[in-house]
Parts: sequence; C-alpha cells; structure tokens
Amino acid sequence: MITELGHFALILGFATAIVQMVVPMVGAHKGWRGWMAIADPAATTQLILVGFSFATLTWAFVTSDFSLRLVVMNSHSLKPMLYKIAGVWGNHEGSMLLWLLILSIFGAAVALFGGNLPAPLKARVLAVQASIGVAFYGFILFTSNPFLRLAMPPMDGQGMNPLLQDPGLAFHPPFLYLGYVGLSMSFSFAVAALIEGRVDAAWARWVRPWTLAAWIFLTIGIAMGSWWAYYELGWGGFWFWDPVENASFMPWLIAAALLHSAVVVEKRESLKSWTVLLAILAFGFSLLGTFIVRSGVLTSVHAFANDPKRGIVILVLLLVFIGGALTLFAARGPALEARGAFGLVSRESGLLLNNILLAVAAFVVFVGTLWPLFAEVALGKVLSVGPPFFNAAFTPFMMALALVLPVGSMLAWKRGSLARNMRSLGPIMILAIAVGALVFAMQTGHSALGPVGVALGLWVVLGALDDLILRGGRGRIADRLKRLRRLPRADWGKAVAHAGLGVTVFGVAAVLAWQTEDIRTVHAGETYDVGAYQITMEGVNRKNGPNYITNMADMTVRRDGQVIDVLHPEKRFYPVANMPTTEAAIRTGALRDLYIAIGDEQQGGGWAVRTYVKPFVVWIWAGALLMALGGVLSLSDRRLRVAAGAARRTTPGAVPAE
Amino acid sequence: MMRALILVLALLAGPAFAVQPDEMLKDPALEARAREISSQLRCPVCLNESIDDSNATVSRDLRLRVRDLLKEGLTNQQVIDYLVYGKPGEFAGFGEFILMDPPKRGANLILWLAAPTMLILGLGLGYAVIRRRRNAAGPEALSTDEEARLQEILRS
Repeated sequence: MITELGHFALILGFATAIVQMVVPMVGAHKGWRGWMAIADPAATTQLILVGFSFATLTWAFVTSDFSLRLVVMNSHSLKPMLYKIAGVWGNHEGSMLLWLLILSIFGAAVALFGGNLPAPLKARVLAVQASIGVAFYGFILFTSNPFLRLAMPPMDGQGMNPLLQDPGLAFHPPFLYLGYVGLSMSFSFAVAALIEGRVDAAWARWVRPWTLAAWIFLTIGIAMGSWWAYYELGWGGFWFWDPVENASFMPWLIAAALLHSAVVVEKRESLKSWTVLLAILAFGFSLLGTFIVRSGVLTSVHAFANDPKRGIVILVLLLVFIGGALTLFAARGPALEARGAFGLVSRESGLLLNNILLAVAAFVVFVGTLWPLFAEVALGKVLSVGPPFFNAAFTPFMMALALVLPVGSMLAWKRGSLARNMRSLGPIMILAIAVGALVFAMQTGHSALGPVGVALGLWVVLGALDDLILRGGRGRIADRLKRLRRLPRADWGKAVAHAGLGVTVFGVAAVLAWQTEDIRTVHAGETYDVGAYQITMEGVNRKNGPNYITNMADMTVRRDGQVIDVLHPEKRFYPVANMPTTEAAIRTGALRDLYIAIGDEQQGGGWAVRTYVKPFVVWIWAGALLMALGGVLSLSDRRLRVAAGAARRTTPGAVPAE
Repeated sequence: MMRALILVLALLAGPAFAVQPDEMLKDPALEARAREISSQLRCPVCLNESIDDSNATVSRDLRLRVRDLLKEGLTNQQVIDYLVYGKPGEFAGFGEFILMDPPKRGANLILWLAAPTMLILGLGLGYAVIRRRRNAAGPEALSTDEEARLQEILRS
C-alpha cells in the first residue's frame, strides 16, 4: 500500500513540475509577480513529494518487500542493512529516482535560500530547473518505473552484485549524482541568464556556489570510485579510462573550467559568453554521462539496439536540452557585452589558458570515449580505444596545466608582470627541478615519469604555499600570520585546492613509476621477499560471512626480521549471485602501501598470490580530498554566503548555497 | 556500476585470476616483455580490459600464446601483428579490435589529431579574445557593481 502512495506522490510531483515549468516562466516574461511566486512553493512541494516517494521505495528495500519487482531483482533478505539501503540506487530505476530526488533538493534549496535573487531571475531559474525535472519524471514513470508489482511474489530476492556490497561503493553513486545534478543548477542559471540577456558580476556570484558544490561532490565521488577500484578489484589499479569513469571525469573537468571562468566574470566582467557556454556544456556532459551509463551504448552497440528505449529517451533529452540551450546561446550569447580590459600577461589570461587546457583535456576524453562508437556506426570498423591512448593524449594537458598553474594564479588582474612573479617563484622552480634531477639520478632503470611527477608536484604545492605567504605581506612574522588569518576563506580554498592537485599529480606519477609487483604461488608456511618485506603465508582458512563464504589467508609481514603486521587477504564467494570477489589486504602508509591479494588454490597445492608495493599511492586520494576541502573552504567564504547586494538590501542569513 | 558489470561478465567467463603464477616465464626479461605486450591487447570478450588484467579464459589463452611466440624469438611488434592480423592459411587473427591503442592511420588519425587541433584552435581563439580585450573599453570602464555603487553614492 505504502509503495502505491509513493508511486502516486511521484505522479503528483510530475504535475507540480509541469506547473513550475510553465507558470513562473510566463510570469517572468509578463512581469506578473503572483505567477512568478508560484515557483517557490512548487519547488518545495516537489521535494516533499519526491522525498516521500524515495522514502517509500527505501522502505520496500529495508523490509524486503518482495512483491516489488525491483526489490526482487536487486535485494536479498540476508543482505546487511547498509546494502539493502544502498540497493535502492544500485539499479537503473532506483538510481533515476535518486537523480530526481537530488534535482528536487537543489530546486528547493534555490527556493528556500535564494531570497536575494531578483524575482524574475529566480522564477526563470526554477522554471528551467523544473523542465529538467519534467523530463526525468516522464522518463521514470513511462520507461523505468521502480514501483511495479509482481503478481506472484517469490520467497526471496536475487541479491545484489557482491562487488557493489562495499561501503565505498554504497555512497559513490549518490556523490556522483549530487555532482551531475548540481551542474543542472549552473545550467538553469545559464539558460535563465540567456533568456534575460543579462550576465554580470552578481550572476557569477550566484552561479559559482552551485558549481562549486557540484564540483566538490564530483571530486569526492570520483575519488571514492577510484579508491574502491583500488582495493576491490585485486590488482591495485586506480584509474582505468573506462567509459563509465570517463563519463564522470568529463563533467568534472568542465566544471573545474567553469569555476575558474566564473571568477573572471565575477571580478572583471569578462569571458561572459564563454562562461555561459561552459555552464551549458558542463550539464551536457552530465547528461551524456547518464546516457553512457544508463543506455549501455558503449558496452556494445548491439546491446543498445536490442533495448533502445531508455537510451533513446536520454539521447532525446540530451539533444533537446543541450541543443535548445546552444541555440539560445547562439542567438543571445554574442549580445553579452564584456567589459573589463586586460593585457596578455594578466590573471585573466592565465585563467583563460586554464580554461583552454581543461576544455581541450575534456575534449580528448570525449573523443577517445566515443571514437569506438563513431567508428563502428560511421566507418563500420570495430576497434578499441584504451588506456595507452588516454595516457598519451591526456597527460600532456595535465602537465601543461600543472606547469602554468603557479605562475597564472599569482599574476595580477588586468596587467601582471612575469618578472615580478618569477622573483618569488624562480627559486621554487629551481628547487623543484633540482629535486627532480636528484630523484632521476638516484633511481636506476625507471622511466622519467617519476622525477617529472616529483618536480611538477613540488612546483604546484610550493607555488600554492608561496601565493599564500605573499598574501601575508611583509613585516614581522606575527603581523604576517595575523594578515594570513584574516585572508578571505576563498584565498585559503584556492591554495589548498591547488596544493591538492600537486599532491595528486605526484602520487599518480610516483605509483606508476616505482611500484613493484610480485606474482607467485605460495604454499602454507612459505616465506618470500618483496621489496624490503619478508612475507610468510601462515595458512588459508575457510570462514563464513553474513552472506558469503571466504578463504582468508594469514600473511605475516616482517621487515628486517621484525613482525610489523599480519594481513588477511580474502577470496570471497557469494552463493546468491554465484560470484567470487577478491578482498585485498592493504597495509596503508604515507610513504607506501603494501598490497596483498590472493587468488585460487593451485593444482600443485599452494595459492596464487599477488603482492604489490605501491609508493605514495594514498597521496592520489589525499590530493583529491585536499581539492574538495579547498572547494569547501571557498564555498564558506563570506562573499558567497552573503551574495551580491544582499548586505545592502538587508537580508541577513540569506544563504545561496549549501 | 558498469565496472562491476564488466567484472561480472569477466568473472563468469572463467574463474581464473588475471596473470597466474604458472603462466609466467622463467626469463624475467622475456616475462617483462610479455607483460608489456599483454597490457596493450584487449580481452576479446570483456569490456575495456587488457588481457593482462582480465580473468577470462580466452585472455589466459592469449597470454600463453604471447609467451609462446616470444619464446619462438618474435619481436614485440611481430607478436602483436600476428595476434591482430593473423597468418594467412594458419590463423585469422583477432583484428584491430584487440589493440588497446588504435593504429595511427586512416580515419584513426582524426582521433589522434583532434586534441592538438582543438588546442591550436583554442589558443588562437584565446589570443584573439585577449587582443580584443587589450584594446577594448579601456581600463576605466566600471563593472556593473561599481556602477551601481556609484549611482548609490551619487543619490545619497
């Protein structure tokens, strides 16, 4: 019964969204206050309705209501509670409902906290936001309804893919969706601005927190997914250039570019039309990502052709929204008048270069991801584009970005001076190159990747610190510290996020250049050496988990004869899904991870064991967390909390963003 | 999520576990070459996984084939060419599909040249914008905010 109510609430939400799409838009056009004011209650009503609908579906999963088709297909009564809940979005229908829930959360947030937005802009933003909602309500209700019942409920469900039964992956999709859908907010602001024909500093100040929030969520979501792949898949890879990973990476890159160009609009009122275009593209890539993941088109063109309904609907949505927005952009974009002038060497130019590099990097990922599809459909050739292409084509852009970042971020607005920049950055550059050279001399027989990564990472991190120190000004240390404390949070956020990028660059280069791998058959009681470690396999025991059987090895790790740890890599078997998984045992350290995974029992006795020493690998995710933290610091800046004009119009407590 | 699906398919295809200890060659130099080759070849039945990472039975066969060919004294490129294009009358080959890195010729050149072309275009466009901004409006122009404040001051 309760699920029927949820279903009904979803239909009501659909109707509300249609009203919210039409009425405020007409109101804003005609200047009718009452019509515009419909948007706020409509947006909050949507949140309540979709929230209720989502809650009923969650309830069905929690209570294992096997009369619901979706629960039967994706849950099992023995599953731990966390994964029963995560099961709600671990499938197509539920994840689309989560998409919609987040969309309505963002919409309601604008309605509740956007008190300082001009009424027509707010009405238009919410109307555009509702139009996206309408599309997804329709998609869910007509092609992917999660509330379908079964006439003959089975005794138990079919379970959930055991690989997904992991805390890291349970929260990976919600974070990614918060990012994807957050970008819909930037999109709505961009379209509303095009309709109004006005983009100014205030607009940029309103858009930026939403983009920043979306970008933070994407950063965390991507890092979580990468970390999950690292410990779960059994060989310690952290990035695979898989189409699905790329689908989340493209919006991240574009959102990063958008964040930076919005700064230029906010501070200098230049790059307006470019910023609007980026906001449209960022959401376009989010929709494209949804299309790639949900249609299975990149799995195989044939899989798509067999069940094209869902894929085609998303494709049509993509074309309508992005095509429509781009048409609007073509008509109105050129009219957006730019104001501030700036020279070739200036912060504006630096940010423009940042944007070009990020956008072209996203384009590389886009072309590489879709090329196999294009080649098959247009050229009739079946081919693959894998990591070698992406590594070769993408890496140069990231290196260039890291190279120009410290210089560009310290240039003055309007007209900067490279010579003055290099006075403080010069020594850092020399230091970074020297350390890189030293590392190159010390390592033998490894690629140049490691030293280059060290030098670039050091350059970016020290450059970010240098920026902060200079902001502290001159004089006594105490004065400088006082000034540093009083710096806007956005400045701290910028330094922390930039340093985070440096840390990630270093981590990636270090682990790719210096990891050691060991694959062998190990018998119980046998000891082997990997790097500086002596590892003894004490034995392998069979144990039972809540919904799996496991072979758990006891591996004693010694260093210089001293026992430093006992690791327990597992090979699990999930009977419901009839599927094995590997659970690697990892001894994490700041300097290196020791990573052990066991495989199958070998015919001649003993077990296949893979051991890796991965230097600095946690730095990859630590850097990502730093980037997210930098974003959070920036988001908490007073300037964004008390957005444009709010102080003057005395609306205290007006918060544009979460 | 898709990655998980990929793995499901791969795992169902065979219970093995990527590179197995019993496959590896005694000679470390030859084994290193084998690993390098296998990371460039795609598992024919998986999604976007190299035969080096894949658990499928066919990947195991391919890894063993690579090692046999290396022992016969073929160069890395010869091994790859043999597996991709086959040998007339003996073995048909798997086709360019199994190359992780698409061959740099024909239409694929578009793939490789797309990024540099875009970069040059972007830089050119960026430079044009900067040149226009450098000569535009003049540094005296006020931003909307500043103008609003000015109006406010004038009114008070």
